[in-house]
Amino acid sequence: MKRKSKFVLPPKYILLIMSGICVVAMITCFTMGISGGPLQTVAGYVFVPMQRGINTVGSFLTEKADNLKNLGDVMAENEELRRQVDELTVELNTIHLEQYELENLRELLALDQKYPSYEKVAANVIGTNGSNWFNSFTINKGSNDGIDVDMNVIAGSGLVGIVTSVGPNYATVTAIINDSTQVGGTVSTTADNLIVSGSLKTMNEDMVIGFSNLRDADNEVQVGDPVVTSHISDRYQQGILIGYISSIENDANNLTKSGTITPAVNFEHIEEVLVILQKKQVVEE
Amino acid sequence: MRRKVTVFIIVTISYLLQVTLFEALSFASISPNLLIIVVSAFGFMRGKKEGLFVGFFCGLLLDLFGGSVLGFYALLYMYIGYLNGFFRKLFYPEDLKLPLLLIAGSDLGCNLCVYVILFLLRNRFQIRYYVLHIMLPELVYTMVVTIFLYPLILKVNERLELIEKRSASKFV
Repeated sequence: MKRKSKFVLPPKYILLIMSGICVVAMITCFTMGISGGPLQTVAGYVFVPMQRGINTVGSFLTEKADNLKNLGDVMAENEELRRQVDELTVELNTIHLEQYELENLRELLALDQKYPSYEKVAANVIGTNGSNWFNSFTINKGSNDGIDVDMNVIAGSGLVGIVTSVGPNYATVTAIINDSTQVGGTVSTTADNLIVSGSLKTMNEDMVIGFSNLRDADNEVQVGDPVVTSHISDRYQQGILIGYISSIENDANNLTKSGTITPAVNFEHIEEVLVILQKKQVVEE
Repeated sequence: MRRKVTVFIIVTISYLLQVTLFEALSFASISPNLLIIVVSAFGFMRGKKEGLFVGFFCGLLLDLFGGSVLGFYALLYMYIGYLNGFFRKLFYPEDLKLPLLLIAGSDLGCNLCVYVILFLLRNRFQIRYYVLHIMLPELVYTMVVTIFLYPLILKVNERLELIEKRSASKFV
């Protein structure tokens, strides 16, 4: 009596089961806001070191190539910069005096420093999300360095984005130009609030992102005005530069305006970012 | 076991190249989709079951590091792998037309799904723009990369099948 009891599950049932797993994962993600958990930790330890390696090699090669190309340029630039240093030193001295005066006045007014210098940690970008649809990237620091979800990320002086998921040795940052991201902003010249929303289309076409819901009845906001993060945003620290207004249009309702903003950060070439280790304080109900 | 490790290595390398090197080599901020090549190739070379699993793991990788909802890409890539598995009967290693066609179809299908689910449902209605500026460039770039990557995957697979056949005949 030979009977093989080897039972093989047909592919369509496997597909069904795996689909179920995916759907359950998606629902847990949506309802509970959990992303990955232990899976993320494991994946982080497997893939992040390799990404780091590739990046080190890549940046080494670019650096070498740049070095050779730029030596002549650098010499010329050096001379010009020296001249500039002299000019700036003079300017700096004047500013020092003014700063001193300002500090005195502030003390008199018992004002705190307007924007406290947040504690930051520097991180390198080691990979993107591998899709042409969304703008998010991986950085090489994670919860081991004190990074947590919802921390703001800046580069230079401008806002880059916000940490959306974190593993022990890496974190994923979603950029403000990402198509589904929205940031509450304020025009710093008039203190009018607006909503900045990332857009794949306008970013690809003109390197700008959109804004909407600007109430400006007196037509005070001008092209070129800086837009910073708003004090009413619950996830972004106040006063980080987002970009400059590049066009304004009246909405059909004649009450609000919308338009475009040129981001302050060059998103094509982000290599190093700073993560602000302080989260925005929100009163819990 | 040997097959599993090899497939894992192929997926890893493709993923790493996609998120690092090819991102640096992007034209007009469009980079090729290497993982879809791997998923599609294993689908039509090895059948529904393997296509399904390779797709699932590729998608899971994108989910974990992409920062979007966990399981979305896993589901999408899994179905792509599974659907490619239907073409196994038509597949001959010498033929290059069918693989190119299938990989192109997979890439386009994948992008259409992403567009409809993640963009169209958020009032981004300019489908013409997205087809012309995102999907088609990615398709072309992916096909160019396929011409180099696909023969490699095919070679590796043929070698694996040879080893498997040899060790299977040993036991007879």
